[in-house]
Amino acid sequence: MLLQSPIFSIGLLGGWNGMRRPCAVVLTILAAVACACSPRPSPDATEPAGSRPDAANPVTVPTGVGAGDEWTTSAGDPANTRFSRLDEITRDNVSRLRVAWTFSTGVLGGHEAAPLVVGNTMYLVTPFPNIVFALDLTQPGAPVKWQYDARTVSAARGVACCDVVNRGVAWWNGTIVFNTLDNRTISLDATTGAQRWEATLGDINRGETMTMAPLVAGDLVLVGNSGGEFGVRGWLTALDAATGAQRWRAWSTGPDADVLIGPDFTPFYATDRGRDLGVTTWPPEAWRTGGGTAWGWVSYDPALNLIYYGTGNPGPWNPEQRPGDNKWTAGVFARDAVTGAARWFYQWSPHDLYDHDGVNENVLIDYDGANGLDKVLVHAERNGYIYVLDRVTGRVHSATPFVHITASTGVDTQSGRLLTVKEKEPREGVVIRDICPAAPGAKDWQPMSFSPRTGLMYIPHNNLCMDFEGVEVSYIEGTPYLGANVVYHAGPGGHQGEVTAWDPVGRRAVWKLTEPFPAWSATLATAGDVVFYGTLEGWFKAVDARTGDLLWQFKTGSGIVGQPISYRGPDGHQYVAVFSGVGGWPGSVVVNDLDTRDATAAAGWGGAMRNLRSVTARGGTLYVFRLEGP
Amino acid sequence: MNNVRAAVSLIVVTFLAAMATWTTMRYAPDRPALRVCADPNNLPFSNEAGQGFENVLASLVAAQLNRPLEYTWWAQRRGFIRETLRAGRCDVVMGVPTAFELAATTRPYYRSSYVFVSRARDNLSVLSLDDPRLKKWRVGVQMIGDDFSNSPPAHALSARGAVGNVVGYSVIGDYRQPNPPARIVDAVIAGDIDVAIVWGPLAGYFAARSAIPLIVTAGSPAFDLPFRPYLFDISMGVRREDAKLRDALDRFIVDRHDDIARLLADYHVPHLPLQVHRP
Repeated sequence: MLLQSPIFSIGLLGGWNGMRRPCAVVLTILAAVACACSPRPSPDATEPAGSRPDAANPVTVPTGVGAGDEWTTSAGDPANTRFSRLDEITRDNVSRLRVAWTFSTGVLGGHEAAPLVVGNTMYLVTPFPNIVFALDLTQPGAPVKWQYDARTVSAARGVACCDVVNRGVAWWNGTIVFNTLDNRTISLDATTGAQRWEATLGDINRGETMTMAPLVAGDLVLVGNSGGEFGVRGWLTALDAATGAQRWRAWSTGPDADVLIGPDFTPFYATDRGRDLGVTTWPPEAWRTGGGTAWGWVSYDPALNLIYYGTGNPGPWNPEQRPGDNKWTAGVFARDAVTGAARWFYQWSPHDLYDHDGVNENVLIDYDGANGLDKVLVHAERNGYIYVLDRVTGRVHSATPFVHITASTGVDTQSGRLLTVKEKEPREGVVIRDICPAAPGAKDWQPMSFSPRTGLMYIPHNNLCMDFEGVEVSYIEGTPYLGANVVYHAGPGGHQGEVTAWDPVGRRAVWKLTEPFPAWSATLATAGDVVFYGTLEGWFKAVDARTGDLLWQFKTGSGIVGQPISYRGPDGHQYVAVFSGVGGWPGSVVVNDLDTRDATAAAGWGGAMRNLRSVTARGGTLYVFRLEGP
Repeated sequence: MNNVRAAVSLIVVTFLAAMATWTTMRYAPDRPALRVCADPNNLPFSNEAGQGFENVLASLVAAQLNRPLEYTWWAQRRGFIRETLRAGRCDVVMGVPTAFELAATTRPYYRSSYVFVSRARDNLSVLSLDDPRLKKWRVGVQMIGDDFSNSPPAHALSARGAVGNVVGYSVIGDYRQPNPPARIVDAVIAGDIDVAIVWGPLAGYFAARSAIPLIVTAGSPAFDLPFRPYLFDISMGVRREDAKLRDALDRFIVDRHDDIARLLADYHVPHLPLQVHRP
């Protein structure tokens, strides 16, 4: 039986603008097999991954999933699958992939953004100072059609916690929308680059910045802030895509009215029910500087009319100074996509102990469960569990470790609580070794992809633990202070990065690749059954979606922390594009020339990144690939 | 009394600064500048108008080294050292803890401590972090906003079970206002909190300029074991490879000991005797 998934059937082809050839992609139709329960142990857990038949894939295969000829939102579609339906590039021919053209942005820094392709134009945004480029794909070498310099104020550089990144632009109705590090959202005419509107949403003077890629839902642009480590109070804001006027703002802490919690709020777990929990789960007034910034990804389900996004860690106090669950930080909100009214909330890490922001992407998929269609979201969390949540109710279907974990023993699906390990709680002045995962988590912001052909999630992630080695004296001009001397190191196996193909229904890793450094780029899955990702050393790799076998790789000029995309060019051929430009939190060791003799440089990365500078240097170049022709 | 002292100190400071500036211009037009990384909005340490004691100190150093003085202004933030000293935008930071790991530090030129600041009229006579009343009063401390980091008194209060009554003031603050870290002293003056536990130089300077009388007392203990000091030695910081500059600054600190002591007194910096073991 073929179950239609509303989420996948919505407007994912809506970006189709009629300028281009009709889509030639035909997805293989997979038979969905009913499973006894959801989730259920996989009957073929010991079978070699490569031979796993499609017939066992219970995940529905909707016709609209992923991206087609264009790539119109950072994640490829509002469900955040990062799946390309293009299948010219396959497991069999990907070895013929060659560089078609490149483009230097002139900026050196962590290039974390996804390019967008709409019509015959590609749109890019650089890290600070946030220059937007439009490239003409119809001309040889894709020359610049226009460029727009956001003139981001220099002082914003001193505010950003972990390199001055930008995660991408959004597209709406002939306009390009993006955020600047100094807290502006700007709309540009996609044809001319002329500014349509600009909205100032935050203030760098208070430690606030914006780095996330906006998501367009209907006629709203959804944007959130960064800066929880400075005690910035988190929010998600909806702007009118046509005018930039603010429609609503939902705070992550404070009274229910500020959080847009009203009569429609029906969280699944009892601990999330009650009046003004955004105030009462904190010491007096601490919610005002409580963090919970929304700097990650927003997903959108038009059929349910809900958006989903995670909130950052609580701050800036240490855990012992903020007793309570610290709502609504380190969790996920489901909100009405029009009004912003909260529908439910689930907290990955109540009273977070480890800087575990809950902002990672929520991938919306449907599968055939015991009681019919399960509409779920899948979330690989910093705390080391991959969660499958009912995205209608917020109930936890499952929470399964995907890395080595010492800081907790599991998630109680009855209460929804993360079960933490007392001995691993950081305490001032106490040496605690092997806290796994480390502060950047089992997986940080770097988004995974999902292939409806294999039913697998392709998770780029970390294999990092940390030691709290006593106390270090630090100083902010005029104020000496004491902090934990935190040092990150590789988890079991000695490698710092992994790419895992994960079966969210069978709750198991089907294959796993290791990388010497954290896998800090997004992955891209394609209908050719190829998965692409980049490494901090600069390798851009294509692997077999079913086996993980390395099929092709190319060494770019700098480390890769970007988001690969795929599109069909005006010549009718499939292209794959990715930024090369090392940076981001681990890459800041290279970008900022930090002293790796200091193991705590860049908040603990110094020691772990000791060798990175010997294998890569700063850069900022887009690489675009296609098959070597006949 | 305070006003008289403030006026006198202002005159002294202005004179020192003027003399240093004059010296700079007179003798060192062609020599490479002494490039100082400083916060443009952070009295009593520094500001863009040159009114901080670190500004005066920088002028004295430049004069002694016979080099013109240049500033690179950069807001106090996480990444200050990374973006200024280590990025090569400047060569010396006038104040860092002697035990600082991000820079090579000179010998210390003063030692201060965290202090209690309260209103004189309240007569609280708080002298110790172990005073049980610190669990009842509204107590202000500064929030650092860096993961797992805190000012020592903030650590001390939570270790002693004082949490719900503790009010945090961001050490970064709102940069549109003058001297953002000083809001914690303003809060004592305004009656928002009963006691603030503040780094000495900040407390001393703003208490001396308060419209209502404040009491500044050094607390006890000096240390909590195993390692939570409330006293810190302060040095100048340079890049690790700049040993020559560090040596020159060390000589300055020894030669001008008395001038430095006078300068700190003029700014009401509560300071303690240094015990330096000279190599």
